[in-house]
Amino acid sequence: MNQSVNPADIHKAIVEQQKIQDRKKLMVNGVLLLLLLAAPFVMYPVFLMKILCFALFAVAFNLLFGFTGLLSFGHAAFLATGGYTTGYLLSNVSGLTTELGIIAGTATATLLGLAFALLSIRRQGIYFAMVTLALAQLVFFFFVQSEFTGGEDGMHGIPRGELFGLINLEDNLNMYYFVLVVFIACYLLVQRIVSSPYGQILKAIKQNEPRAVSLGYNVDRYKILAFVISAALAGLAGSMKSVVFQLASLNDAHWHMSGEVILMTLVGGMGTLLGPVVGATFVVNIEYQLSQGPLRDWVDPILGGIFVLTVLAFRSGIVGAIETLVKRNFR
Amino acid sequence: MTMMKKLLTSAVASALMAGGAQAAISDNTVKIGYLADMSGTYRDLAGPNGLKAMEMAVADFGGRVNGAKIEIVSADDRNSADVASSTVRRWLENDGVDMVGGLVASSVTLAAVRLLEQNDKLGLVSGAAAASISNESCTPNHIHYVYDTYAFSVGTPTAMVKEGNKRWFILAADYAFGHALEADVTRVVEANGGEVVGSIRHPFPTSDFSSFILQAQSSGADVIALANAGSDTTNAITTAAEFGVTQAGQAIAGLVVFLSDIHALGPEVAQGLELTTGWYWDMNDETREWSDRFMAETGVRPTMIHAGVYSSTMQYLKAVEATGSDDAQTVRQQMIKTPINDMFASNGYIREDGRMVHDMYLTRVKTPEESANEWDLYEIVRTIPGDEAFRPLSESKCKLVN
Amino acid sequence: MTMIFGVPLAVLSGQLLIGIINGAFYALLSLGLAVIFGLLKIINFAHGAMYMLGAMGTVLMFDYLGVNYWVALFLAPLLVGTLGVAIEYFLLRRIAGQDHIYSLLLTFGVALIISGVLVNWFGVSGLRYSMPDMFKGGVNLGFMFLPYYRAWVIVAALLVCFATWFIIEKTKLGSYLRAGTEDSQLMQGFGINVPLLISLTYGFGVALAAFAGVLAAPIYSVTPVMGAATLITVFAVVVIGGMGSIGGAIITGILMGVIEGLTKTFYPPASSAVIFLVMVLVLMFRPSGLFGKEA
Repeated sequence: MNQSVNPADIHKAIVEQQKIQDRKKLMVNGVLLLLLLAAPFVMYPVFLMKILCFALFAVAFNLLFGFTGLLSFGHAAFLATGGYTTGYLLSNVSGLTTELGIIAGTATATLLGLAFALLSIRRQGIYFAMVTLALAQLVFFFFVQSEFTGGEDGMHGIPRGELFGLINLEDNLNMYYFVLVVFIACYLLVQRIVSSPYGQILKAIKQNEPRAVSLGYNVDRYKILAFVISAALAGLAGSMKSVVFQLASLNDAHWHMSGEVILMTLVGGMGTLLGPVVGATFVVNIEYQLSQGPLRDWVDPILGGIFVLTVLAFRSGIVGAIETLVKRNFR
Repeated sequence: MTMMKKLLTSAVASALMAGGAQAAISDNTVKIGYLADMSGTYRDLAGPNGLKAMEMAVADFGGRVNGAKIEIVSADDRNSADVASSTVRRWLENDGVDMVGGLVASSVTLAAVRLLEQNDKLGLVSGAAAASISNESCTPNHIHYVYDTYAFSVGTPTAMVKEGNKRWFILAADYAFGHALEADVTRVVEANGGEVVGSIRHPFPTSDFSSFILQAQSSGADVIALANAGSDTTNAITTAAEFGVTQAGQAIAGLVVFLSDIHALGPEVAQGLELTTGWYWDMNDETREWSDRFMAETGVRPTMIHAGVYSSTMQYLKAVEATGSDDAQTVRQQMIKTPINDMFASNGYIREDGRMVHDMYLTRVKTPEESANEWDLYEIVRTIPGDEAFRPLSESKCKLVN
Repeated sequence: MTMIFGVPLAVLSGQLLIGIINGAFYALLSLGLAVIFGLLKIINFAHGAMYMLGAMGTVLMFDYLGVNYWVALFLAPLLVGTLGVAIEYFLLRRIAGQDHIYSLLLTFGVALIISGVLVNWFGVSGLRYSMPDMFKGGVNLGFMFLPYYRAWVIVAALLVCFATWFIIEKTKLGSYLRAGTEDSQLMQGFGINVPLLISLTYGFGVALAAFAGVLAAPIYSVTPVMGAATLITVFAVVVIGGMGSIGGAIITGILMGVIEGLTKTFYPPASSAVIFLVMVLVLMFRPSGLFGKEA
């Protein structure tokens, strides 16, 4: 009790601890990065790109759901808008380089996100989910009926083109590294947002919105910004997906897609940075493996089972469960 | 930049190595992929039973061709172009698949045939209806085997207008597929001296058609044409029966109707409906013999897609046998050279645009009294010769046709 | 002939009547959802699947056991209701007190399982079911031909809607229910078995969906996926009415049927989007829906 502790020592110890933690994190991230760089030589690049695109989509969704507490049931609208816009421009505007097409797709999704946000942001909880769902349904009807999307047939033969007019993206490896760079940049951006003061306010809103209001924050404005960023990233995921697969289809706009991104986030672990990435990898893989194997006719019921099991037993998701495990055993 | 270049050259080199024409059967295996909707809307048209049909073809062929093993892989496309695209890419680029069959949803098929063209492998499309598949979107790497929207919209309207049903009302699903059918029917009706007195584009999908049927009834048309498919068609037919459309003297023309749809409706509801089909199980001894075997395997009577999958797989294997090669172009040329005479088609032939031309049949759904059993559903009214049924090459926009 | 906006009056009256019939149907479906949300705060994404089970059950019971339409009208809701009780007891109860969103996700998963399994067993093209003989035919009203069955649908749906509203809002049982879900500890103290009450309420809500399913069996194509499309529309109806408002769900259901019917007359392509458009507009001006209490 009467031992005097030098505050400076405590500070030093904390800093030291922090350094060790940071180094650990850096190491983990470094290993992950190496794996991602080497992956296309072991695994099929187009499949990896699919995972990265959905991972980005889930990361975008999680920024809103996991960190701000807003459940959007209409995120498919942004994925599809990004994809269709980019696809249309790259197919019809000659001389447009790929990155400009992607930027245009992302920008359109961002604007749509702003419109959604302005219409829905004052609604709470389940009403918010329902308004976003209704808005996304309207977007879906628009895409079904528009000639330029090809309706049910979808939009096909989107040229991958050349990045900056220089790098040929028809080559799967070039395309993969481009997608990887974009993905990592977005991931770091989200990491930055979450740990910034702005991210802290988002978390405060999630925990207790009235308190955040009483602290004098303009909650609506923070929520709108979070929604718009999320929509932009989801649109970017859609744009890239359309370039990777060279097609855009109605599946991306269907409300089932909005449900699927919820599943990915939840399975991986919502409110964690890595969770959505893990979840997307898991869901895309399991869907693919199942659709090839003997259980090929049973994909939907199995996905449903995963939903039920996650909600009942693993609400913190894969990443959450691992974190708990690590904390329990290595601390 | 240098790394990119290196990667590029290595990619090109490997592409060249893989793409070299082979005179023999690659890997001494003929690998066939079956891609179809196994769990969604189109499941009963093709689905798991289509795979059975393909397996029957391989078994009937003897399991081997020129000493090489025949292997089948299959996957559910989940009616999603992305899923189909990743599956087909992997099949073609990694797994050494030589031919892809099935192919039902148009979006899936359009995605798959592009990949087939890029990888120079062969696709046998038995399910997709979009006429563009053997028109604007034709490739030297696929064959469109069973039907298309053009053939569907020629058969029934031509015959019905000639019977004196001049005034038509079109109920079209509001998306590309429905619009294409609507345009084709309008053209055919007008060319034969009929008149389209009204049309409605309904949302896709719609479960309650009563509003639309009511409007069609008050239009004074002789015929109500259903330019839609699947549950939209069956729902519309059920509602029409309920509202006494046929009793009031109007006829109903189904454009894209399958045996599984009529089986679900039953003759009581569907009786009198006129439709065009590419094949029917109860046409002759050969079709009956094959259908009995199919039913023993699956418990249901085959749709025209099931028969098409069997027939096209058989034709493919015969062509591989004849040429001793599984190279896509060699096999396709052989298939184009060989007339098709089997339980599916008589004197069918494959055109340069990939369209398989064969007779289509105008049929009328039997009444409950005429129907001897659960699957005794169609009465064939007229045979539509293949050259009348399909779009003539002179109107083709296919790049392979000069 | 009198014309209104270029549409003959006779056609318009027909469309209005059709709209009311469909509206009664929506009312029945949204009522079950509203009961479940209003009393239990569960967002039941399995409602479409339960509706489908009602219809499939009717057909299957007839095919395999020879159960006729009238018996099915009671038996199908009873069976589906029992399944509902089991789902509440074994699954939903475990996440009671968690965010509403988990109930949405859980029931969504349950719906995927149910419809996925049935697709594998029975396919998707639909099951054959014939109209009960006494409903065959119809009556000519002058402006339209009204099938007897549609007239029955409107009577049956409205009767059940009214009875449900009456039980919940006007009877002692209803007051226990409302009190029990608001303050379960207090009601437990009065010796009322609140958990049982909750299970039964969920069962009752999904039984309403199954009842709608039985009504639908003779007139719509009965397939394992028939619930999915309907579900989203019905959700919109409940949100417009104000989630949890029993009377609101009924009135809004009928209203939406009429609005949809009019859209089908004047601009058919928009008829399935119009409900969502109304929903967006309503929520912009009345966040808790037309009849909901401000949350």
